[in-house]
Amino acid sequence: MIRRLLSVWHARNLEFLRDRGTLLFTLFLPIALVVGMGFVFGGPPRPLFKVGVLAERIDKGSHPFLREQYMEFVATPDETAALRKLTHQTLDLVVDLRSPARYWVNTDSPKGYIVEKLLLAAAPDAQRQPVTGVAVRFVDWLFPGILGMNLMFSCLFGVGYVVVRYRKSGFLKRLHATPLSAFEFLGAQVLSRLAIILTVTTILYVGIGTIIGFHSAGNVALLALLLVMGALSLIALGLTVAARFSSEELVGGVLNVLTWPMMLLSGVWFSLEDSPRWVQWVAHVFPLTQVLDAARAVMLDGAGLAQIAPQLLYLAATTLAFLAFGAWSFRWRID
Amino acid sequence: MSTPILEVRDLVKQYPATTAVAGVSFSVPPGMCFGLLGPNGAGKTTTIEIMEGILPATSGEVRYRGEAQGPRFREEAGILFQKTALQDFLTVRQSIALFRGLYSSGLSVDEVLKVCALEALAGRDSRKLSGGQQQRLLLAIALVNDPAVLFLDEPTTGLDPQARRNFWELVQSIKARHKTIILTTHYMEEAELLCDEVAIMDRGRIVAQGPPQRLLREHFAEVLLELPRQDFPQAARALPLKVLEASDRIEITTQDLEGTLRTLLAAHVPLTNLRIRPANLEDLFLALTGKELRP
Repeated sequence: MIRRLLSVWHARNLEFLRDRGTLLFTLFLPIALVVGMGFVFGGPPRPLFKVGVLAERIDKGSHPFLREQYMEFVATPDETAALRKLTHQTLDLVVDLRSPARYWVNTDSPKGYIVEKLLLAAAPDAQRQPVTGVAVRFVDWLFPGILGMNLMFSCLFGVGYVVVRYRKSGFLKRLHATPLSAFEFLGAQVLSRLAIILTVTTILYVGIGTIIGFHSAGNVALLALLLVMGALSLIALGLTVAARFSSEELVGGVLNVLTWPMMLLSGVWFSLEDSPRWVQWVAHVFPLTQVLDAARAVMLDGAGLAQIAPQLLYLAATTLAFLAFGAWSFRWRID
Repeated sequence: MSTPILEVRDLVKQYPATTAVAGVSFSVPPGMCFGLLGPNGAGKTTTIEIMEGILPATSGEVRYRGEAQGPRFREEAGILFQKTALQDFLTVRQSIALFRGLYSSGLSVDEVLKVCALEALAGRDSRKLSGGQQQRLLLAIALVNDPAVLFLDEPTTGLDPQARRNFWELVQSIKARHKTIILTTHYMEEAELLCDEVAIMDRGRIVAQGPPQRLLREHFAEVLLELPRQDFPQAARALPLKVLEASDRIEITTQDLEGTLRTLLAAHVPLTNLRIRPANLEDLFLALTGKELRP
């Protein structure tokens, strides 16, 4: 079994490496995305400030600062959670307006600097509190999202289209005439794509890390384990989609239906913490959301294995479920 | 008689709109080259794909060495489909090595390259082969497990005459190694040359089966006279002769050659382009299935 699997794995790797156009595109896309996002998000601060208020609810009449314009006030009763968001720059300032008024500001945040001035104009006696822990730049917060999005596209489209092409061309039918089982074939595809993705992700991690210099508080080996588990789950999802279709257009459509909601709702570009509860519930069904939540916990907060165990288990479970369904519904030939 | 290596029993394959195979039975002893002949849509490819284990039958069964097809059959069968694409970007050697890796035993890649005369092409991208070279590669892949039974589904369709003859020589060398071969083909010359026994299929059924020479003796006690269509005047069609009209020629079958020639001369039919020959499988095929190739 291992020999057959390795045989298909080796041939698939050769095919991928010799398809220079696809290889270059696979490497180029994530780098272009990072550069592009740097331009988009690296410019002047957005006009809207987000301020966390240590209270159960926002009472605009309770303090003149809460009546300032162009600010979004978010009730955050949990001080620890609020300060974590402040270090991640998903909040620009945290205030406790109960007497004596206190506030926390991320000194690395340009928006924090401005909103601090506005606060002191409205509440000159407010006491500045020290922020513990390392402040996180937006690029630090964004980087796991870039890794995750690259993972998602490479896993879903890389595997899905290849299998459909094999089926259309009759290559799968020819393999079916050998002792190779569907599980062995799918396993070889998973491992081949996994090797490619890990290589590309390592290049991204080291390359972008060297160029931009991002913050990573956690264990790199744990991050690698998480990315492997995430890649396995997403590859298995791609194989499930491609298990029986024989039209690239159809598979492309289905994959788009999967990737767009993941791209928008998994927290690649912005935090969903203030989104409606149902949106957050839907988002957490996606494997990509689990990957990003855990990757940010490891990279930004230095989370350990125990903290991201639920996400790892979820990814393992979805991998097995997708592979089992894919093997069950797999078709070697066009019906 | 030796125990059959393959037995097909009451095979039926139904699709929603048609019955592709309507109760086919035959058996193939080891070492035989067995030909399935028939026009397009006769059910040859459906039958061979059920035998290969690629397609499920609606009813009936295929037995390999007396047992239902199983893992042993997959290990010991070599298959060349009508159309097969290989993995892109692999050389001839790598394509063969890929398939060699899927079997527990068989020939080495070098041995297969030699058998199929592909040594000089071993390093070439498999997409850059000519039609004949491509078929030789597909045959090499079918031989990679040193199969006991080899399925060849219309292996020379689309090849030029030279490539076709080269391929026949290869198949004859495989036959000489006592391999069992199941062959489907449109080319009667191919069937006559390679097959020890043929089954002629039409509309999903076998309409004749046996060694080619025996079938010819059974169906043709006559000789055939061929004339260009333009040399056979309209008035001659009323003559008391067994005439078959093909697209470009007239075929007259007769047991009385001298009498037929006298009749034609008396009717002033020009005989300059007359060709006299014994019946072959092509004639048997046409006589049993009709002139037109049905889609």
